[in-house]
Amino acid sequence: MVEAGSAFDAWWGWPPPVLDPAGPYADSVTTLAWVLFGLGVIVTLIVVAAVYLAVNGSKRTKSKLGGERAVWIGGIAFPGIVLTILLVWGLALTASLTKTPTGDEMRVRVTGHMWWFDVEYLDSAGNVVLRDSNELHLPVGEPVVIELASADVIHSFWVPNLSGKEDMIPGRVNELLVQADKAGRFGGICAEYCGGPHALMGFVTVAHGSSEWREWWKDRTRSLPGIADQDVPGETVVLASNPATPPDLNPLDGRQLFMNSGCAACHRVAGTEANGLAGPDLTHVGNRLSLGAGILPNNRGTMMGWIGNSQSIKPGNRMPNYDMLSADELEAIAIWLEQQK
Amino acid sequence: MMGNLALGPRRAMTLGTAIALCAGLDACKAPPESRYVSDPADARHGLEVIERVGCGACHEIPGVGWPEGNAGPSLRGFDDFGPIAGQLPNTPTNLAAFVRNAPLAKPGSPMPAMPLSVAEARDVAAYLHGLDDG
Repeated sequence: MVEAGSAFDAWWGWPPPVLDPAGPYADSVTTLAWVLFGLGVIVTLIVVAAVYLAVNGSKRTKSKLGGERAVWIGGIAFPGIVLTILLVWGLALTASLTKTPTGDEMRVRVTGHMWWFDVEYLDSAGNVVLRDSNELHLPVGEPVVIELASADVIHSFWVPNLSGKEDMIPGRVNELLVQADKAGRFGGICAEYCGGPHALMGFVTVAHGSSEWREWWKDRTRSLPGIADQDVPGETVVLASNPATPPDLNPLDGRQLFMNSGCAACHRVAGTEANGLAGPDLTHVGNRLSLGAGILPNNRGTMMGWIGNSQSIKPGNRMPNYDMLSADELEAIAIWLEQQK
Repeated sequence: MMGNLALGPRRAMTLGTAIALCAGLDACKAPPESRYVSDPADARHGLEVIERVGCGACHEIPGVGWPEGNAGPSLRGFDDFGPIAGQLPNTPTNLAAFVRNAPLAKPGSPMPAMPLSVAEARDVAAYLHGLDDG
């Protein structure tokens, strides 16, 4: 019943539209797809016409169609020439998809987990600078190398607006080039069945214009040691906020509830004692566009619903229902998580 | 056994009375099918808003295929509900105020405020009240 298109998927970019390229790598894939589709239509029409003539045609047409000459032309020469041209053209068109990165590109390691994506921004030496989950921010017009890895089973990384899909295979690292030529939110999905809630393993990519991108980066790295230019507070991702939200009357300590209810065993929040690595990093969860790995908008209501009963939303996911918490306790935790930016 | 099926005079009279009563009831004004009939365009927009902010994360809502969250009550047949959250009369105005800012509309409500404009909240209420229209 969820309708594609409209304002609905534009809100946080999920589910992603296919055949709507926003960069050069997705562009060549889309072109190839349309050409293959068009040629397929033409060949189908030829075959249907031949079948029609073979049944209803005159005797002379029938004998021509059934002759050796027709087999040589229609069965060998025609497909041989068409497929050869298509192969050479297709390889040339998609050569950029497999080109070796120059080494100057921004690098991000994305690791697939059942059923979410761990995102690590790397420096030129390959060290992790910034860690996030289920969301990738990148500058417009710049190629970005994504190192694809897996923590468990085979996943496949696919942001249809930005590139083709590539597998995330346990024990090895695949490299994928993506590039967005316009600012916007582009949804991604896991494109290789990986068990249980595979269909609800989503991802959100946000492409920023250059000044916006610099601000975003400074904002995210402001608290990190050794990162220069910490004085510009960035603000790019505006979360849905309710002007009428009353001052929080909730007297409970969300931070303490988070630490004492077991959340910290699986989730890391940098700067606190929460250092679990089994689930998504929540250091910047208050800035995130989505919850549950790309599938829900991020607001207080969805956060409470997810924590309290995530199994009804994403059945089989590895987070248990925290239905022993009261609504007030859920709200206190949600309020504290909103502040983790 | 056959004798049991045949209607005795007394039972036939009871049946006749019942039929007469039914006919009488029919003459009265039928209760309205729906308490509030929503504007279809408002209701359609309300559904879009419901999907955009993710009401389904906590509530089962007819017309929303996924998610059907269990943290909050199902909203199936909302038009027939009694008071909203057991307290507020189930009117479009109250419902719009409640879905936008539940803690303000009903202090102590387990539902948090949601990121909706006043107009969006009104459309959400139109959708929920319009579920049994048509």
